[in-house]
Amino acid sequence: MKILSIIVFALILVAAVGLFARNIKRMIRNIKLGREVDRSDNKKERMAQMLRIAFGQSKMVRRPVSGFLHVVVYIGFVIINIEVLEIIVDGLTGSHRIFAPFLGGFYDFLIFTFEILAFLVLVSVVIFWLRRNVMNIKRFMMGELKGWPKNDANYILYFEVVLMSLFLTMNATDFILQTRGVEGYAHAGEIYGSFPISGFIVPLFEGMANSTLIIVERAAWWLHIVGILIFLNYLYWSKHLHILLAFPNVYLAKLTPQGKFTNMDAVTKEVKLMMDPNADPFAAPDPSAEEGEPESLGAQDIFDLNQVQLLNAYTCTECGRCTSECPANITGKKLSPRAIMMKTRDRLEEVGAVINKEGEWKDDGKTLLNDHITTEELWACTTCNACVEACPIGIDPLSIIMEMRRYLVLENSAAPNELNITMGNIENNGAPWPYNQMDRLNWANE
Amino acid sequence: MSEALKVPTAAEFLAQGKQPEVLFWVGCSGSFDDRAKKITKAFVKLLNKAGVEFAVLGAEESCTGDPAKRAGNEFLFQMQAMMNIEVLNGYEIKKIVTACPHCFNTLKNEYPELGGNYEVVHHTQFLKSLIAESRLKIEGGKFKGKKITYHDPCYLGRANDEYEAPRELLEKLDAALLEMKRSKRNGLCCGAGGAQMFKEPEPGNKDINIERTEEALETGAEIIAAGCPFCNTMMTDGIKAAEKEGKVEVLDVAELIANAEDL
Ligand code: SF4
Ligand code: SF4
Repeated sequence: MKILSIIVFALILVAAVGLFARNIKRMIRNIKLGREVDRSDNKKERMAQMLRIAFGQSKMVRRPVSGFLHVVVYIGFVIINIEVLEIIVDGLTGSHRIFAPFLGGFYDFLIFTFEILAFLVLVSVVIFWLRRNVMNIKRFMMGELKGWPKNDANYILYFEVVLMSLFLTMNATDFILQTRGVEGYAHAGEIYGSFPISGFIVPLFEGMANSTLIIVERAAWWLHIVGILIFLNYLYWSKHLHILLAFPNVYLAKLTPQGKFTNMDAVTKEVKLMMDPNADPFAAPDPSAEEGEPESLGAQDIFDLNQVQLLNAYTCTECGRCTSECPANITGKKLSPRAIMMKTRDRLEEVGAVINKEGEWKDDGKTLLNDHITTEELWACTTCNACVEACPIGIDPLSIIMEMRRYLVLENSAAPNELNITMGNIENNGAPWPYNQMDRLNWANE
Repeated sequence: MSEALKVPTAAEFLAQGKQPEVLFWVGCSGSFDDRAKKITKAFVKLLNKAGVEFAVLGAEESCTGDPAKRAGNEFLFQMQAMMNIEVLNGYEIKKIVTACPHCFNTLKNEYPELGGNYEVVHHTQFLKSLIAESRLKIEGGKFKGKKITYHDPCYLGRANDEYEAPRELLEKLDAALLEMKRSKRNGLCCGAGGAQMFKEPEPGNKDINIERTEEALETGAEIIAAGCPFCNTMMTDGIKAAEKEGKVEVLDVAELIANAEDL
């Protein structure tokens, strides 16, 4: 029986980890569809940024209520996972509370802490659920969350409730079995663990016979660990990927001032050539300089975005803090920076699904531009950086908007007409209005 | 106007074999927009008063290319940038001050990679340093106790992390500085950035400048202080829409200081 359960456990574990690894590999493959971008600079500063913002949750707590609750769930999640380690070792060796004899009193302290955290997580999750479903908070009620995104958010909350309840049930029944001295649970009169929370639910189980208790305890134990493994494999399809990706994402986030936009190298080359009086405009392009197909200017599809932007899309938690600060969205425009990130991820998954099916990318006749993100959204942006500032995990929706505007203007000449006039003025008069450059100093004498 | 403004050009400095202490980048708005020209003049008065040896490029200045860049026209932006850099480098300019946060951001952050390396400061930062060096003094008298709220321009605040210089100047006026609901790094855009100034907004249920002006009015301020000619226009339009003209004024930080000095 013991051997059988060890084998079953090992099989489930290997399958779950294997499946998870396959998903992560696909995700990395998809991210690599984007253009390369060098973020290998300033390692120290990047590390510090990651510790502060991702690990230290410094931007989460700018909104105190949701920030505090999130910190509770985050700490609970990280610390309770130490317990998962023990469960895995127990499962693989057929032991029971294998860490206890080594850690002695500290073990009791650990279990004590886990229980308190489990309780706090339960409370926080309930509040989260209320905020999301009852309290009419605008960023959780918006159209872009209809359907899967909203369900996804709720599923995770239910998941947490179930997992925490199973953990506490497991502890409560285990405690009774330990005190009753049942074989396989008793440790020569010593009680392993300290149970400040599950102690309250002990009375629920006290009337049960030992055999029933063992079944309940085992069931809770198995469901708990299987639940965690299911959760692990659910991540890939969920906004909850952020629990892993927030760290690399913040590490790789832009360090330069928010107002600094990239200068496009391809354009610099062309402009330099145009301005160089010695350049021969009719010279054939240097064949050695051309490597493969020339990249399009700006972004029409996910292939034209860079890998950090695609990582951003997978990392987005759909919290909507960006959108709730966006001046365009606040005033009823179609643009929502959160939706920009969600649509980028949707398109990335759409492309990934084709590759999964066909073995390679085959044009599906769609693009990120138009099929997912409309020009109306793109032109509504004021480039104010409020979304970037608001994002708790270093996502830059504005950079995607800018790349797509560049595509519209440089590849399609598809700017709104008023902007074409403005740009014509800049080109001809050196100002966005039709004034003569020679009159630039007239104000001094007016 | 008390005295004629002294506005020497970089070419005049060069002709005399001299170097200006700083180049004042006037910007398109500051050169051509009627409202913004007043800001330009107020700032020049302060520079004259402090005896700053500044120069302007005059007809040799051209748009930095900011609106083109944010509209997605990188090509036009870089053309503008390279032409301006040629002029600036020709005069061996080291330091630039500008009253426009968009010019400030572009010159400071986006020109270096294209060969334009200058120390670039916003006019509020420059005025702050003039005061710190005792070259300029502010008498607060005129604005004592007046309720002023300051609107953070996106390209000075969030974009470049400068929230304090303009506020420090306003505090020197002995005014009562009131903060809006959304301010500093959470400040709400006026709606002009990203080339929006030059086009009609997309369909929505409100204009951004109206939303922002309402926030400013909620503070009960009599003066909305701005640090950007575009914000100034947007907020002024917002005041008109709210029919608060004559009751609430939109003034640039430089204008407030020049007014306090009765310049
Ligand atoms: S930068 Fe654009 S998308 Fe982001 S908050 Fe501002 S207007 Fe919205
Ligand atoms: S981009 Fe950031 S702030 Fe916006 S929804 Fe995603 S995680 Fe939240």
